[in-house]
Amino acid sequence: MGADKLQLRSFWFWVLIASYILFAIFLIYPLSSLFSGSFQDITTGAFTLKHFITFFTKRYYYNSLFNSFKVTICVTVLTMLVGIPLAYIMSVVKIRGKDFLQILIIISMLSPPFIGAYSWILLFGRNGFCTNFLRSIFGVTMPSVYGFNGILLVFTLKLFPFIFIYVSGALKKLDVSLVEAAEGLGCHPLRKLFTIVLPLVLPTAMAGALLVFINALADFATPMLIGEGYMTMPVMIYNEFISEVGGSANFAASISVILVFLTAVVFLLQKYVVGTKSYVMSSLKPIQPKRMRGWKNVLAHLFCYSFVLLAIIPQATVIFTSFLKTSGPVFLMEFSLDSYTKILSKSADAILNTYRFALLALLIIVVLGMLIAYLAVRRKNIASSVLDTISMFPYVIPGSVLGITLLLAFNKRPLLLAGTSAIIVITFVIRRISYTIRSSSAILYQIAVSTEEAAIGLGDSELASFLKVTTRIMMPGVLSGAILSWITCINELSASVLLYTGKTKTMSVAIFTEVNRGNYGTAAALSAILTLTTVVSLLILFKVTGNKEVSM
Amino acid sequence: MSTAITFSNVVKKYAKNVVIPALSLEVRNGEFFTLLGPSGCGKTTLLRMVAGFNSIESGEILFDNIVINQIPANKRNIGMVFQNYAIFPHMTVGKNVEYGLRLRKTPKQELKARTDEILARVKIEEYRDSPPERLSGGQQQRVALARAIVINPKVLLMDEPLSNLDAKLRVEMRGTIREIQRSVGITTIYVTHDQEEALAISDRIAIMDKGVIMQVGTPRGIYQRPYNVFVATFIGFSNLFDAVVGQSGAEKTLEFSNGYTVPIKQLKNDVKAGEKVRVSVRPEDFVQAPEGDGIRGTVRTSTFLGRYVNYQLIVEGQEMEFVQDLRADAEFLTDGQEVWFSVAPEKINVFDQTGGHSLIEGVVRFGS
Repeated sequence: MGADKLQLRSFWFWVLIASYILFAIFLIYPLSSLFSGSFQDITTGAFTLKHFITFFTKRYYYNSLFNSFKVTICVTVLTMLVGIPLAYIMSVVKIRGKDFLQILIIISMLSPPFIGAYSWILLFGRNGFCTNFLRSIFGVTMPSVYGFNGILLVFTLKLFPFIFIYVSGALKKLDVSLVEAAEGLGCHPLRKLFTIVLPLVLPTAMAGALLVFINALADFATPMLIGEGYMTMPVMIYNEFISEVGGSANFAASISVILVFLTAVVFLLQKYVVGTKSYVMSSLKPIQPKRMRGWKNVLAHLFCYSFVLLAIIPQATVIFTSFLKTSGPVFLMEFSLDSYTKILSKSADAILNTYRFALLALLIIVVLGMLIAYLAVRRKNIASSVLDTISMFPYVIPGSVLGITLLLAFNKRPLLLAGTSAIIVITFVIRRISYTIRSSSAILYQIAVSTEEAAIGLGDSELASFLKVTTRIMMPGVLSGAILSWITCINELSASVLLYTGKTKTMSVAIFTEVNRGNYGTAAALSAILTLTTVVSLLILFKVTGNKEVSM
Repeated sequence: MSTAITFSNVVKKYAKNVVIPALSLEVRNGEFFTLLGPSGCGKTTLLRMVAGFNSIESGEILFDNIVINQIPANKRNIGMVFQNYAIFPHMTVGKNVEYGLRLRKTPKQELKARTDEILARVKIEEYRDSPPERLSGGQQQRVALARAIVINPKVLLMDEPLSNLDAKLRVEMRGTIREIQRSVGITTIYVTHDQEEALAISDRIAIMDKGVIMQVGTPRGIYQRPYNVFVATFIGFSNLFDAVVGQSGAEKTLEFSNGYTVPIKQLKNDVKAGEKVRVSVRPEDFVQAPEGDGIRGTVRTSTFLGRYVNYQLIVEGQEMEFVQDLRADAEFLTDGQEVWFSVAPEKINVFDQTGGHSLIEGVVRFGS
């Protein structure tokens, strides 16, 4: 027993040390070199503030900051205006096909971020299907889908699911007796909504809003594709970095530092505001959806269906157009599998790479995620709590920033990783491990310590009880997080687009470059494969968790 | 100011499933009326129909001769106390209590005065500005009660309000509820599955089973003179025997299956000699008798409960209970011991053979 204990302590001790080393090399060191790089003169290497001074004095640069905030704030407000009513209506009114709608909402949330921008251009762009159709038949000219409005449209439809999912979850925890108590006291239904329901779900809605805000602030592909010169910070970072690698790398680093700083401020501000205002609720009897009649029922259905269908248009568009014959960038109204045969010869590597890199990343994520979660929950001490916090850092680091960070850190010996497959896998792990850590910790909190103790009491060593008992019971929780990690890995673009080389191109990068070259057919076929993989993975997730929900 | 409630052939259905078939009942002005029954008997469903949270499929509910079927819950002017209190977590105690008054656009000074008064009455004035999560269960219950009655509702409806409290607090709170209800004089319908609570708190009780009212009466009336075997066994414990009505001169008798016979005076006039009946005897209504006289039983096991001893008996192959008062001269019975009992004839209850209704003079289903 004594020997076992010693061996065990050393096992978890080494796990802790190893995790620290990994995070130090692949996260802390790169971030600190980004930070120091942003204060460095590229030629002399001396300390300088000139990048920051340039950013804040040149209108061209600081405007991107305003643009980013304008987009992000507008998107956050719009997603709340769509997401909250949608969640509320679907929880109080019996909506036909509700399960189906919920799955569509989750699919639209988890598909690649750039599919939205690209599909809306296909439909309503200058030469889009709908634009041409409306012009030739009705002579109607649609308002432009490019620029600020286009970014708003795509982001809102892409990100309102976060609010929807969070608010739906909060409404499930709201006991119906609270609503009835208000009614019994004489409250009019509408007033009840504003004095009871909304104030109670608002803290949770704010948590969803934070995710929307961070995602919108970090997303690079959407403003890049549909913004047409509407410069947001991630786009500027990408441009500065890609256009003249060398001179601008440090400048890009400075913009990155500003972006990370702002994201962190918003993150902490939100945690502070919501942290003081959240209510512990648990419902014995949640609100039951009621069947409505007449025009109210029609309106409720109309509202839910129109927003969900709008959100799923991009996926429908890519799948549909992937089966069309193309001539250059133009789709012909003729069925064909050409696009698929083309990608099989041209982009087979990208397809294989995606699955290879993501699978490898997933393997590391699951092992590392379980171990870190176990350390953070069962061996709670300062060292493991700090580790847990560090693992959440990537949450506030936009993908493009992480890409630059890793490039700057690993472009020279002894850690020359730039251009390798390893750096892509590492990016996947860093960006997406938090889903698995969180879901593993969540299930660990639900498993009584006594289950492990029972195994030990029956004669197992503690290590054996972890491997044979704990890991097995943890599996459903680990899997649900791992599938999310997997889906978000295969759809990762903003970091890989900076890190890829010809050999390490992934599907999402390939789609991005194909769209930029006007090869819409092959882009659609690749997107369809990616969407299909996402849907299949989601179905597996629902099977594993036994319900049709996703916790992000 | 308070209100009488009338249920007239009220029906509750969920799709094709009838939960309450044609129920009629009168709740008097200012009365503390309890709906008591096993879980799933329809008592909460009925209460929620009064509140307006459940629809009424057929029949009528009236407040003082006014049909309320179509009035929405927020216009019925009711005070409702929920099982889980349903305190608004985002409002202070004071704001919770004021909520209904604000909806009624009560002038500011009156609002403050009434809130102060009710908070003092339920003894939570010092928590006025506290968020509710800091309060204990009992205190939250007081907030819920204050919030419900501060609006001077027509009726007070309480759905198992004490079931989430511990035993000691339950006893204390039911005293508080009763006291406040008396002083306000408000008609109250109270739902519980706890018979002791119902007996302790109510003016009258309705015992429900499967959506049907089995008996309405005072706590004492229901315990001593149950209308049917369901009530006799649901409220307290009853030992059941088969017996035959006999005649001895002018007097009627009950003949138990082993030949033990007792005279019985309180049977209804239309009960004829030779009729087969069910007899229920409370455990405390057995009297120890000399050997060979009465009913024979064997002690299976006993539980010592301080003031009295509870014995599990086997009588003619059936399990029965006997409660022995611990007077100075009481002799403990030992396991396996054979004992003989007589019954106190004035206390026992007699039912028709199916157990559906009482044969005792003056016992009715809807008692006053």
